Amino acid sequence: MSHFFEMGGYAVFVWPAYAVTLAAIVLNIVWARRALARAREDARRRLAMRGEGP
Amino acid sequence: MTWTWFHRLGSPPYVYGLATRLTPWFAWPAALLILGGLWGGLVLAPPDYQQGDGFRIIYVHAPSAWMSLMVYTTMAIAAAVGLIWRIKVAHAVAASCAPIGASFTFAALVTGALWGQPMWGTYWEWDPRLTSELILLFLYLGYMGLRAGLEDTQRADRASAVLAVVGVVNVPIIHYSVTWWNSLHQAPSVMRLAKPTMAASMLVPLLMMLLGFTLFFGAVLLVRLRGEVLNRERSASWIREIVST
Repeated sequence: MSHFFEMGGYAVFVWPAYAVTLAAIVLNIVWARRALARAREDARRRLAMRGEGP
Repeated sequence: MTWTWFHRLGSPPYVYGLATRLTPWFAWPAALLILGGLWGGLVLAPPDYQQGDGFRIIYVHAPSAWMSLMVYTTMAIAAAVGLIWRIKVAHAVAASCAPIGASFTFAALVTGALWGQPMWGTYWEWDPRLTSELILLFLYLGYMGLRAGLEDTQRADRASAVLAVVGVVNVPIIHYSVTWWNSLHQAPSVMRLAKPTMAASMLVPLLMMLLGFTLFFGAVLLVRLRGEVLNRERSASWIREIVST
């Protein structure tokens, strides 16, 4: 198993590369969900201000 | 042939509902393909005869780089459609693309640097491929900055769309930079007209990652698109149902 993590001596390059890409994937999920939640909240507020709120 | 499907794609409530329904159909296959590609790339594929295990960076570098170009192309096409036919939903697609593309362009640059150091002996070189990819990151950031600086969504849509369309000239420059100029970067081994130059045990995980990332882009785009569509609707009655649930 430790042989696997050593990556033939390239561990210090391979694992950070995978970590950065994984971070891009996770952050994209988090940011997209947050942007949608904010847009819904803004829309709710707009409707409430016009007296049409739910 | 009828054009009703095309007209419906210009209708915000229809697009919002469609995006909601389609998201899982992109997200789950993306997750499975990426997990399978990771297994294949990190465990099953043999070490490269020259680069040893260092070559495994390809499984995150090439998909990130592919995303940087594919997302930009999508963004530019959507922006052009929005400019020409004045379709709000098209502008919403373009605006949704930018943060996704920027993050994967950043990942492509960092993973490329981490691959360059052991193989070329340098993290960075002002080389045609590397420089044009860095310009792509600045194009994304400029696009997002321009949008953030304009209060009025309609004006932001128009101005940023012009930037996106003009900037698309950089996409072929990046792709062909390794053939047009002498570059440290290797020539394409998969995205080429002739047969790929990789063994199947190395190629299949890469193709899984490329397809997985592409579907992931679809899923994230659809989630972002719903938010952008809501931002462009001021008081339409269909919104009331959506925000109240």
